[in-house]
Amino acid sequence: MNSTLTLVAVILIIVAFAWYLYNSIIVAKMRVSEALSQIDVQLKRRTDLIPNLVETVKGYAKHEKELFEKVTEARASLVSAKGLSEKAQANNELSKTLKSIFAVAEAYPDLKASQNFMELQEEVSDTENKIAYARQFYNSVVLSYNAKLQVFPNVLFAKVLNFKPADFFGATAEEKKPVKVSF
Amino acid sequence: MLLFVLIITTVVYVFCQALGYGLGFVGIALILAGAMSIGSYYYSDKIVLATSGAKPIQKSDNPELFRIIENLCIGDGLPMPKIYIINDPSPNAFATGRDPQHAIVCVTTGILPLLNKSELEGVIAHELSHVKNFDIRLMGIVAVLVGFIVILANLFTRQLWWGGFGRDREDRGGNAQAIFLLIGILLAILSPIAATLIQLAVSRKRELLADASGVLLTRYPEALASALEKLSKDPHSLKSASNATAHLFIVNPFKGKNTKQMFSSLFDTHPPIAERIKILRSM
Repeated sequence: MNSTLTLVAVILIIVAFAWYLYNSIIVAKMRVSEALSQIDVQLKRRTDLIPNLVETVKGYAKHEKELFEKVTEARASLVSAKGLSEKAQANNELSKTLKSIFAVAEAYPDLKASQNFMELQEEVSDTENKIAYARQFYNSVVLSYNAKLQVFPNVLFAKVLNFKPADFFGATAEEKKPVKVSF
Repeated sequence: MLLFVLIITTVVYVFCQALGYGLGFVGIALILAGAMSIGSYYYSDKIVLATSGAKPIQKSDNPELFRIIENLCIGDGLPMPKIYIINDPSPNAFATGRDPQHAIVCVTTGILPLLNKSELEGVIAHELSHVKNFDIRLMGIVAVLVGFIVILANLFTRQLWWGGFGRDREDRGGNAQAIFLLIGILLAILSPIAATLIQLAVSRKRELLADASGVLLTRYPEALASALEKLSKDPHSLKSASNATAHLFIVNPFKGKNTKQMFSSLFDTHPPIAERIKILRSM
């Protein structure tokens, strides 16, 4: 009688533990997807700043048609991009065009001095900071999730329940190259 | 925390045995402490702000400060706290609020021109970490427990003074009760002091934890280290800080008033700045 009782108790404890573990892994997984969407929030903020920026630059640099076409193209491709890797590529293109806008602005001292432009520059640089912080937060959340999957008792359950670890956000090979600054 | 609970149960047990009274007085003390804690839990942020003369600010008043706080909150996944400024030349900062949804970060006007952007980020990251680690809630609970012990000790000594032991005295052996009485008196004197020391030790540990969590957020320990250096060199003392609010600030607001070196380190709410800087620079 006693041994069946202890057996039942042990089974109940294991079940309770598995239940708790499952819930905590699920919550960690949801945090990962939320953090990923937060990055998108910041990226969208950057995309929304672009039209304003373009209008301001157009006011002073009417002849830079090529530049404006590139920007419009990049933005359109971002809007129509589907899937993570397409979006990432489109975002990279947009970053490049942003850099060109600021490079071009160097040649127009009136533009550089305008209040509007300086504020927009500030906003864009702040948005880049926000994107970086959002990515950092995403990485820290992924760390918690992956660690949860790999620590000792959990690793046994995680395999059974088919949880997959998430990917960290890293720099691409091109981004790791040193930046060339030329005037 | 465990130590606290152990102390409280020991103290309660000894007092009850010594007096021969039931747990009625313990209940009263708990209710009193509980009432104080509920009040302080919900209104602590308003009280602190009122006593320090802080004024709320909008994004347009100081966009750089706003941006710094906003970005750090994104990095930690915290909602944006309310931001206040204290008009005081002494550079300092504090955070309060029982959880991240009701958080408040406050800086003095003295700190803004003193630190550069990275150093300010380090300081704000430390303050946000206090919010994130629920330090304010923890210190509130600890304060309640200390209050509880003080009230208990008070009740015990009062009972002793005004005489009147419980009816149980006839039934118990006189010796055992006398021993408990002796221990009880000793505890009544020492336990408030011990409780306060533990509270201060907890406060110091949480400060170091907030330093470390802040650096985990900014990934740049040198910024906080040099900020602490600059803050320690400033001779001003914060006018509106009181003993009750001192532990919330990033550096001890009562600088330059510590005369006895050895004792003051036990009674400090913050670990010595030199130690904090050393730990940060070794990261």
